[in-house]
Amino acid sequence: MWTWFFQLASPKWVYRFSDKLLPWFRAATLILFVVGLVLGLLFSPVDYQQGNTVRILYIHVPAAFLSMFVYVLMAISGGIGFIWRIKMAHIVSVSCAPIGAIFTFLALVTGAVWGKPTWGTYWVWDARLTSELILLFLYLGFMALHNAFDDRKTADRASAVLALVGLVNIPIIHFSVEWWNSLHQGATISKFEKPSMDVDMLKALLMMIAAFQVYFITVLLQRVKAEILEREKLSGWVKKLVTNE
Amino acid sequence: MYFQSFQEFVEMGGHGFYVWLCYGIVLFSMLSYFFYSIQLAKSNQKELVKFYTRMDARSQASPKTQNQSGDITDDLGGK
Repeated sequence: MWTWFFQLASPKWVYRFSDKLLPWFRAATLILFVVGLVLGLLFSPVDYQQGNTVRILYIHVPAAFLSMFVYVLMAISGGIGFIWRIKMAHIVSVSCAPIGAIFTFLALVTGAVWGKPTWGTYWVWDARLTSELILLFLYLGFMALHNAFDDRKTADRASAVLALVGLVNIPIIHFSVEWWNSLHQGATISKFEKPSMDVDMLKALLMMIAAFQVYFITVLLQRVKAEILEREKLSGWVKKLVTNE
Repeated sequence: MYFQSFQEFVEMGGHGFYVWLCYGIVLFSMLSYFFYSIQLAKSNQKELVKFYTRMDARSQASPKTQNQSGDITDDLGGK
């Protein structure tokens, strides 16, 4: 019964399974994006103060949410690899980093462009923006640190420690708008209250968050496949796979 | 629909530059990375073909240098 769970530790199984899953995830990504963009760009209302710039919400919020989600995944899988010495966990962790960095970069850039017409400034050193910038540095630091070692096992373990240490930044980003006076607005979607957002906007936003999530899984699996091929190159199944095609 | 014409849609009430700049950057980055990650696996495969050729050549020259690798989890993936 638990075999499927242990299979997650097998690069060969993950590679095969990704091949089966990817067409579905790619299709789902496309569909969710199309629906989300149509809802967000065409069928959602303008903000009474901001006008149409509010449509940036539908890409800024998902990017920011994913930037944090991916970091947590990167840290947890790094931790699993570190504690239980499961190489597949390190493969996932290392593959998360570039995608997470891209999401963080997009959140910062779309936020800055949104801020210019809305707040009058591209940037301000408040808690939310600064901690998100630090997140970007953590991602880049993770990738740089991993690259700095010749021995891959040591590289994996060192980066995992960095990811875990940086994990404290995530609740700081999340709660920053509550704990400090921030130019950035507070949380709109809460577990305990009805969201204060218009329902058409909420629909589009949730659809776009789902689209970004599924895109992340798609791209992660593609990246993981590439990483597995490189790391497992000395094993028989990879040789057979590569030379028989 | 919140726009009466395509022209209105492009202009976004005067904020077209900001909105389309953001959407453009996002779509460009995400599409690029999507194709990059696919391409990475393909180029890794090409490199591996060269790698295996070199390994085979070396092992034919001196049979003692053959590597044994893979681990216990290899069997979990089936043949």
